[in-house]
Amino acid sequence: MSEFRMPSLGADMESGTLVEWLVRPGQAVKRGQVVAVVETQKGAVEVEIWEDGIVQALLVQPGACVPVGEVLATLADDTPLPAPMPPPLPSGEGVEVLPARSIPASESIPSQPIPDSSRQPTVRLRASPAARRRAQELGVDLAGIHGTGPNGAVSLEDVEHAARAAQTRATRPAAGAYDPAAMRAAIAAAMAKSKREIPHYYLGTSIDVGHAQDWLSETNAQRPVKARILFAAVLLAAVARGLREVPELNGFWIDGSFQSAESVHLGVGIALRGGGLVAPAIQHADRMSVSELMQALGDLVQRARAGALRSSELNTATVTVTNLGEQGVESVYGVIYPPQVALVGLGKILERPWVQDGAVCVRPVVNATLAADHRASVGHRGALFLAALDRLLQEPEKLA
Amino acid sequence: MTYEDIRTVVVEVLASVAPEGDFDRLKPDRPLRDQLDIDSYDFLNIIVQLHERLGVDIPETDYRHLSSLDGVVAYLAQRMSR
Repeated sequence: MSEFRMPSLGADMESGTLVEWLVRPGQAVKRGQVVAVVETQKGAVEVEIWEDGIVQALLVQPGACVPVGEVLATLADDTPLPAPMPPPLPSGEGVEVLPARSIPASESIPSQPIPDSSRQPTVRLRASPAARRRAQELGVDLAGIHGTGPNGAVSLEDVEHAARAAQTRATRPAAGAYDPAAMRAAIAAAMAKSKREIPHYYLGTSIDVGHAQDWLSETNAQRPVKARILFAAVLLAAVARGLREVPELNGFWIDGSFQSAESVHLGVGIALRGGGLVAPAIQHADRMSVSELMQALGDLVQRARAGALRSSELNTATVTVTNLGEQGVESVYGVIYPPQVALVGLGKILERPWVQDGAVCVRPVVNATLAADHRASVGHRGALFLAALDRLLQEPEKLA
Repeated sequence: MTYEDIRTVVVEVLASVAPEGDFDRLKPDRPLRDQLDIDSYDFLNIIVQLHERLGVDIPETDYRHLSSLDGVVAYLAQRMSR
């Protein structure tokens, strides 16, 4: 018998609220299957299980808020050698955040991509966390509501509309699809831990992205509107491949030593409406083409904003990229997300005077920065990464 | 399709991408990006949806005409009248 626990979905998570079970006692589950929906400060997350087995008992009921590490369900083995259990976690003491590795890396990071077929074993209602909360408050059944949000997700407005229709008295509407104050507190805890513990060093360089932009324009001109690629995907592809060349930047600092990761699970900072931020991972980004990365990015952005991220996307990033160029800043010097050891920052692409072959010309230029953990790498290695990024962006056709 | 019909479709598309936007206070001649907090991914979504709803294929080189609500409606009206 083994136990399925409330996972840690990032260094900043202390507890989560069980929203919904997607399995029932007696049901067989497979490694990688989404078994529950948990609401965190980052919104609703689809939680996967990392063992095969048969659900024995569901110990926590929907609506209950439990700390990270709490047993949610028991599982009867149907495999001869059960995977080792996560160690019991210390009870939350309020201020100190639990380390993201409260689930051993070996369990939280799937060694191979999970087949899509196992991901959505049951059809379930899509609804934003705010909508779920509101529906609960108002006593409205989500199943009876027609969703008008992304992918037919039930939005807050849909819930309130249904409640009004049912002549239920509606009160003050919530601000968005998550609780901004709770998310802010979670980000504050993780970033304070980062600045307290990680000796950051910072490097930056300007990169001519003219070739890459021209290549993408030509590529997009041949593609239907729906298949168009954003330049961000080209940048992500180059970052992921560049990181593969400097493994000291890709992995985790755990218990006083660096553990490099085999693959680049690229955390991507995604701004949420209302001031929130999540950085879910694109798994194996270093093995993806620009086109595959665009698809993964689009999928991730849409689900991040609809409140439908998966647990494996929130606790597996081996490095993070933040792109603040759209907000008009030229450079971003990031704060590393523990236990990761590096954060790549990308600024706005600007037309600048640029010297090429001894002559001044105008080129589109991006400032790429690296914030890295000096315990895991030295500036020389960090510089090699930025040099690799530059080189990769000069040969965009190789990223295709 | 009249100018008003196009405008209605555009507003519906914008509202689906930026559901939290305050469309009553939207200034039609000012950039949508800042008023609705739209990023490049949202923008691509808007282009895709306008293509699906109105059948207008908007090349990337025309994106610069699409910064404000008035701009989007005028551009689409012109493209659809051809």
